[in-house]
Amino acid sequence: MPAKPRTLLEKIWDDHLVCAPDGDQPMRYIDRHLVHEGTSPQAFEGLRLAGRRIRRPEATFATPDHNVPTTDRRLPIADPISKQQIDTLRNNCREFGVRLFDLGDADQGIVHVIGPELGITQPGMTIVCGDSHTATHGAFGALAFGVGTSEVEHVLATQTLRQSKPRSFEVRVEGALHPGITAKDLVLFLIGKLSTEGGTGYVIEYTGECIRNLGMEERMTVCNMSIEAGARAGMIAPDQKTFDYLRGRDFVPQDFDRAVARWSTLPGDAGAVFDRVEIYNGGDVVPQVTWGTNPAQVVGIDAAIPDPGCFADAADRDSATRAIEYMGLTSGTRIADLALDRVFIGSCTNSRIEDLRAAARVAQGYRVAPTVHAMVVPGSGRVKRQAEQEGLDRIFTAAGFEWREAGCSMCLGMNPDTLSPGQRCASTSNRNFEGRQGKGGRTHLVSPAMAAAAAVQGHFVDIREWQYR
Amino acid sequence: MEPFITHTGIVAALDRANVDTDQIIPKQFLKRIERTGFGQYLFFDWRFLADGSPNPEFELNQPAARGASILVARRNFGCGSSREHAPWSLADYGFRVVIAPTFADIFFSNCFQNGMLPIRLDEQDVDELLRRAAAAAKAGTNYRLHVDLPAATVSDDAGFSKPFQIDPFRRTCLLEGLDNISLSLKNVADITAWEAGHGLPPVAAAGR
Ligand code: SF4
Repeated sequence: MPAKPRTLLEKIWDDHLVCAPDGDQPMRYIDRHLVHEGTSPQAFEGLRLAGRRIRRPEATFATPDHNVPTTDRRLPIADPISKQQIDTLRNNCREFGVRLFDLGDADQGIVHVIGPELGITQPGMTIVCGDSHTATHGAFGALAFGVGTSEVEHVLATQTLRQSKPRSFEVRVEGALHPGITAKDLVLFLIGKLSTEGGTGYVIEYTGECIRNLGMEERMTVCNMSIEAGARAGMIAPDQKTFDYLRGRDFVPQDFDRAVARWSTLPGDAGAVFDRVEIYNGGDVVPQVTWGTNPAQVVGIDAAIPDPGCFADAADRDSATRAIEYMGLTSGTRIADLALDRVFIGSCTNSRIEDLRAAARVAQGYRVAPTVHAMVVPGSGRVKRQAEQEGLDRIFTAAGFEWREAGCSMCLGMNPDTLSPGQRCASTSNRNFEGRQGKGGRTHLVSPAMAAAAAVQGHFVDIREWQYR
Repeated sequence: MEPFITHTGIVAALDRANVDTDQIIPKQFLKRIERTGFGQYLFFDWRFLADGSPNPEFELNQPAARGASILVARRNFGCGSSREHAPWSLADYGFRVVIAPTFADIFFSNCFQNGMLPIRLDEQDVDELLRRAAAAAKAGTNYRLHVDLPAATVSDDAGFSKPFQIDPFRRTCLLEGLDNISLSLKNVADITAWEAGHGLPPVAAAGR
């Protein structure tokens, strides 16, 4: 009898079964574990208290990113509590033998940016991190998901996890994106359709012509925000683009061609069945801007702030009313009429070289509006160096953007980069929750090009009409 | 971990959907390197006014919610980040049960790791609980629920009684207060075998 056709998810899931003890949740092997300073101290402390060690330190990689200052790295860290967390990570890595890309390291950066760029992320792997945006790594055909600190400790001690089997969800995007429309617009559009909990309990596999045509960095942007639709993970089957991206990177297998042969068997079999399928068309996507306090509260640039009364569901109406009040908006205001105080280009969603190139192309020859404070925070030391080699930093600084060191920065404002109460910000990050970028701050999520254009004009503009200089 | 068998407690009604982990525990409190002491920061930006005094409007500050240990909220509770600080702060504040129609996945599993029981009930049942809690508050009393994990039911003293679904493995872990890591380390031979089968070099000495 021929084997039952399997999806990409099922192949990875089956291959990682360690054992299924009676009555217990089966244990699955975890190939790679990424660690940052924010969610790991209590896990290391747990190991220490129980007298345990890390089972496979060589499968574990750490970097400080959430708390780090993005200003001059030679200066001491001003906030003593942030400093303590970063020092704790340093000491833990030393004590437990974990490879750390420390603040002074040329390869330090946001954990989800450096994993792929160092080739730590590979197809077919199970990858976890104490961080919900671990789904980013799914762009390589890996099963990558965020876990809590107790599970971080579990993985450190056992290199396994017990998780219930996720359901599979194919999000197929046919057609092509129009010029000027980015992967960020696509994923915001999808979240708007799926809602913030449409993916709960599922792992999404993005398929279809529109997805295949995305480059690796764009695929990472899409997978990154799977969690914003509630999904445990997002993934895209590996293909030649995936292999080309990885070839020659630091941590890829020595026998790369053999690895490629193995990875080539990963894409789902013809006839494999998903638990759920939704189909969209890339041609329907226009530049997206969120107006509310969750990422599904999103509209096209040509739209207006909605009237809460137009939501059929009572909870949605209530959420929209609260969001409009928090965001200081009025129903019916055109998105293009919203004036901005701040612009943030960065985060694990949009801080890679192609994102910075897109933003720089828009900013080239322009000046940031006098009413706007704009900053660009590269995702990693490597991205920063590459951008500087290409002269992007000079385009940004000439236009009046601040050019910073790598880290999470104002994506969540755990470091000094925060919004003040009432400030309105165009941000390329992934969450517009109340207070996410600073207490009372108002976040609108957009693509890097839209953010750069908004910085120049002082309000949102339709990037499709931009006059490039 | 403290076992969870049955629990009777006062309900705090949080009539909101999509309560995210950034609200449950704002990021300025994530820098601590301990697991404890987070209760004082629970829902910080909603719970306190700019001058640091309690916000009288906020649900948890209502007299009826005083001493609450069961939180009832609307769907997609705990969405957002993976921070386990969210269940840590709820537990430290005194909550042992959270009831909602749906939960975000990572938050849901983080609860179990901390001896806290998240319960999914149908939207109509949550509606009913919120109604009963509101009626009690209006009458100047509080509203109590009983949670029975072996029977997997939620009930009150006025005829409400509903069963809930729970994964058998998770139920056992809660009932027995099991430490997952010790449990998993019993299968170390299987882990070693998997690694050998996948071409990984043997580890020098497995964790104790
Ligand atoms: S950039 Fe933002 S979303 Fe990404 S890991 Fe950092 S804090 Fe989390």
